[in-house]
Amino acid sequence: MITKIIEFIENFLSSGVPMSAYLIVGLIMFFAGVYGFVTRKNLIMVLISIELILNAADLNFAVFNRYLYPEQTEGFFFTLFAIAVSACEAAVAIAIIINIYRNLNNIDVEKLETLKEPDETYREIIRS
Amino acid sequence: MITSIIFYTLAAVIAVFSVLAVTSQRLIRSATFLLFVLLGAAGLYVLLGYYYLFAVQTVVYAGGIMVLFIFAILLTHKPSEKIAKEPLKKRFLALFLSFVGIAFCGGIIVSSVKRISLLASSESLSPQALGLTLMGTDKYQYLLPFELISVLLLACIVGAIMIARKR
Repeated sequence: MITKIIEFIENFLSSGVPMSAYLIVGLIMFFAGVYGFVTRKNLIMVLISIELILNAADLNFAVFNRYLYPEQTEGFFFTLFAIAVSACEAAVAIAIIINIYRNLNNIDVEKLETLKEPDETYREIIRS
Repeated sequence: MITSIIFYTLAAVIAVFSVLAVTSQRLIRSATFLLFVLLGAAGLYVLLGYYYLFAVQTVVYAGGIMVLFIFAILLTHKPSEKIAKEPLKKRFLALFLSFVGIAFCGGIIVSSVKRISLLASSESLSPQALGLTLMGTDKYQYLLPFELISVLLLACIVGAIMIARKR
């Protein structure tokens, strides 16, 4: 019984990694990101979820390139550029979050009702 | 054999920590779990033979974006502070949504992608070929996107400073 299980595991491991295994890893990462994006109310948590989603997409580009068209490089370069774009997006989003925190003292999605910079009287009302 | 073991270990790490990252009640822990997920993905790039992507992923994500995240968390929260739990109804709805999505896409993947199972053996991209592809203007070469990314980065720097500076 135990030898059979060990044999099965050895066969499973020595047969190489199928493409679908990589895709399923990306799938789990993506939907974990979707779950966080829908439920969490903290802006930084939303941003973390977006990073997860983007990373899953990047991984899939690389996997498709490597398995289906190994002599070409489109997926590789798309991943490269997507990483750069996501770095940009994170930097600007964090600048916005810090600015919101400075003005409203809060980064909860539900409590953000204004995009405009509050004037002094409004700021006093929020602080009190 | 050894590749498979490394792959399944990395896959388990990514799956567990990506779920933990979106469900943790403490922000700083979420950021740490996200770091583990990103490093796991970098490991997968190595298994695929894309060493340059591994380097970029490690430097840009694990080195750059994570530092930004930790800065932002420490500027806006007390480190020991817990965030309140979201309402149960909303969480169940999102859980349902995610599972439906996973079942749908997973079904498609398992039923139709199964046939391609082995990694075609080809040598990994040499740095020279990579540089030539990035700098060329022919078909399948990427000078224009490269320049666009540089302009985008500049715009980002200016925008981030404009938004975040003190008035």
